[in-house]
Amino acid sequence: MADAGAPVGPESPVMANVAFTVNGKRRELDLDIRTSLLDAAREHLHLSGSKKGCDHGQCGACTMIVDGRRINACLTLAVMHQGSDIVTIEGLGQPDNLHPMQDAFVRHDGYQCGYCTPGQICSGVAVLAEIEAGIPSHVTADLNAAPEATADEIRERMSGNLCRCGAYSNIVEAMTEIAGRPA
Amino acid sequence: MKFDTPATQNPIDQLKVIGQSVNRIDGKFKTTGTAAYAYERHDVAPNQAYGYVLGASIAKGRIRAIDDTSARAAPGVVTIVTTLDTPPLALGQMNYANLFGGAEIAHYHQAVAVVVAETFEQARAAAFLLTVDYETEAGRFDLAAEAGSAEPVGGDSGEGSDSGPGDRVGDFEGAFAAAPVTLDHTYTTPDESHAMMEPHATIAAWQGEKLTLWTSNQMIAWSKGSVAKILGIPKENVRVDSPYIGGGFGGKLFVRADAVLAALAAKAARRPVKVALTRPLIVNNTTHRPATIQRVRLGATRDGIITAIAHESISGNLKDGPPETAVDQTKLLYAGAHRLTGMKLARLDLPEGNAMRAPGEAPGLMALEVAMDEMAEKLGLDPVEFRIRNDTQVDPGNPERPFSQRDLVGCLTLGATTFGWDKRNPKPGQVRDGHWLVGLGVASGFRNNLLAKSGARVRLEVDGRVTVETDMTDIGTGSYTIIAQTAAEMMGVALDGIVVRLGDSDHPASAGSGGQWGANNATAGVYAACVKLREAVAQRLGINSADAVFADGVVRSGNRAVPLCEAAASGELVAEDAIEYGDLSKKQQQSTFAGHFVEVGVDIHTAEIRVRRMLAVCAAGRILNPKSARSQVIGGMVMGVGAALMEELAVDTRRGFFVNHDLAGYEVPVHADIPHQKVIFLDEPDPQSSPMKAKGVGELGVCGVGAAVANAVYNATGLRVRDYPLTLDKLLDRMPDAA
Repeated sequence: MADAGAPVGPESPVMANVAFTVNGKRRELDLDIRTSLLDAAREHLHLSGSKKGCDHGQCGACTMIVDGRRINACLTLAVMHQGSDIVTIEGLGQPDNLHPMQDAFVRHDGYQCGYCTPGQICSGVAVLAEIEAGIPSHVTADLNAAPEATADEIRERMSGNLCRCGAYSNIVEAMTEIAGRPA
Repeated sequence: MKFDTPATQNPIDQLKVIGQSVNRIDGKFKTTGTAAYAYERHDVAPNQAYGYVLGASIAKGRIRAIDDTSARAAPGVVTIVTTLDTPPLALGQMNYANLFGGAEIAHYHQAVAVVVAETFEQARAAAFLLTVDYETEAGRFDLAAEAGSAEPVGGDSGEGSDSGPGDRVGDFEGAFAAAPVTLDHTYTTPDESHAMMEPHATIAAWQGEKLTLWTSNQMIAWSKGSVAKILGIPKENVRVDSPYIGGGFGGKLFVRADAVLAALAAKAARRPVKVALTRPLIVNNTTHRPATIQRVRLGATRDGIITAIAHESISGNLKDGPPETAVDQTKLLYAGAHRLTGMKLARLDLPEGNAMRAPGEAPGLMALEVAMDEMAEKLGLDPVEFRIRNDTQVDPGNPERPFSQRDLVGCLTLGATTFGWDKRNPKPGQVRDGHWLVGLGVASGFRNNLLAKSGARVRLEVDGRVTVETDMTDIGTGSYTIIAQTAAEMMGVALDGIVVRLGDSDHPASAGSGGQWGANNATAGVYAACVKLREAVAQRLGINSADAVFADGVVRSGNRAVPLCEAAASGELVAEDAIEYGDLSKKQQQSTFAGHFVEVGVDIHTAEIRVRRMLAVCAAGRILNPKSARSQVIGGMVMGVGAALMEELAVDTRRGFFVNHDLAGYEVPVHADIPHQKVIFLDEPDPQSSPMKAKGVGELGVCGVGAAVANAVYNATGLRVRDYPLTLDKLLDRMPDAA
């Protein structure tokens, strides 16, 4: 909510207070309302696992899971998420307590430089949940049947997450394994 | 350690750790978001302010004035540094346009100001309040239009790929005129962008005269020197630190505007400043792979023996900028008594052209290997067989000089068997799978192995752990892991007993990451340091180092067996050394080879091209870690698909800039574009390369892939496209009848 008591004009930034849950912890911030959810995490909460590859919703490196859905955190303002439940890569698992998807990425070498990786993993976890929930995609042949975590479904749904190092083949294998199918 | 005679048996040959597909040791940090990249180093300097870079909105001319009154008055602004406040800065290493300073504009989006504010939002808002008054000059932006005035020129990519303005062996013209079967075609490749995922970014902090840059850079020692040169300060006063780099592909070989502007801004602001180039700025502000126009002429006997081979390339660049060395591989890849390679360079006023993954070979093979496919068809030969018939085991221009190892034939034959090449219909346009026309394509991959001095320091800590320190970088290549594997093998300790610290210019200078030279040289440097450490350990334990065996955390000699950590009980042991090379690579040519095989489907109605299968068989020395090496190769293959099918910086030839300067306009392959990829290594330790017996592999993966895709498209459709990328508009009006 904007601080109605302070003089506000084009000369000074408009500030607002926002509170949300990040990785299970309640966080409260006073933010310039122009602050993206991504910059709120990276610059204000120092949760820099979510990456800024383009700041334009073109690369997916900033993917977070907000209220159960994956979003590009660079394309949404932090103040739009009052009360949201936000999961970032740091919330999925930690170096000595890896989430199964993080562990599968390590074993399948589903990354190289590592910069797109947190976004790929957050997207990967959310994609499998979408398939589990029966949400169809562009390549789902039969809209009346439950979609399956096939390589084609995974590739289609992951295509908003660019990897310039080209780890795609390995990422699909990591996700296929986690989806419980033979790689 | 001087490496001037071929390697013999050494502890690396145990292959207990080296040669094993171990997981990356940095994996748990990269997958949890806890690996800190340059812009994220909140902890290294307090009170960091935000810098936002403004780029020039003209391609050529000068700035009359910059009005910064409103910007300076904007909320949160700490300081503004404009290019008019700064004298033209010196050029860095292999840098051809000023990164900052002075009124002249040499290319679009050249940096003209940096605005520093308390927050990113404030810096960005204030930057757009700057008013820049430009005086525009006409420029040259169209390579095709300038090609006629291009001058012959020699050149060196800075990554070992070099050629003279016109290198001749025998009498090319005579042999070409006499050849019964000839080919003469011109191919074009477009300007391409590295498009690494992490934008160029730097945090700069001054302590008195000393400057520290936490940045994202592939070549720490080069860049330390370049920063000093650009800023006119002593090298000793510069520290560069890049432990994690979010991709480079050559785009971060050199110091760029983020580092320079962060340093100038931090000085002006009297506090640490962090600067990231925004994504839309990167394409025109930094470097790109230059477009080429390549002419290939082949002459052969009727039974497919090449008698005349010529490869000429025209590219463009800014004043003093180098050519794209697209002809280099043609000097070495195939036999042929009469040869010509040459380059011409046109002066252009586009942004700076420079190295991108496999400069020279990547675009060069996209032409040569399509020409080989076309020639094979003219000769009525299988394209695999045509290549095998023209294999050479010696440098064709220098026959007394053999290759140290060369199994291109093995790559092609194993690849053909594995891929099911015998099922390829040599007549194009014949194979249908529903609405898809299906085709197979092949190309040779080639890239030299380069040797460069590389240093490291190793410490045996009191607790028995071994720490490796070098300024080597890991740009996704797996350096952390193969360096740890090297130290583990040499010191006889488990992989988790090794700590690796990279990317800090306070560490011994390494070969750095570029030209696929990193893995072999950097691990050889660690090997050299470990040899010294083993001697120090043996001496402290009173053991003869010559017969000491380091294994399982124990040093054994004769009947004695002493835990390694005992050597450090009275204090840590430190050893530092570098690998340095003699002339082995001059006596014998060291190169890496691949056979690339691709299957595509082309939609008969829309001409949409989909890659269905990919295989690379690579001969690239000892493979230090097959898991991370395979990733390097498949990554190159993905970039090769991009080059073949979609990547193209569109030039606005009136305004002089690359129009599609972000990740939506500049298309790179996405998940849906890439099938499962298969890689086979012909593991062949090369004792000529280093004590590691390894070679580069990271760029071999991209070399030849584009041509294999193009050749598969031809086999599918019967349509030959010689202008990359192969977008569907170049096929659609010629597609075979769908009936």
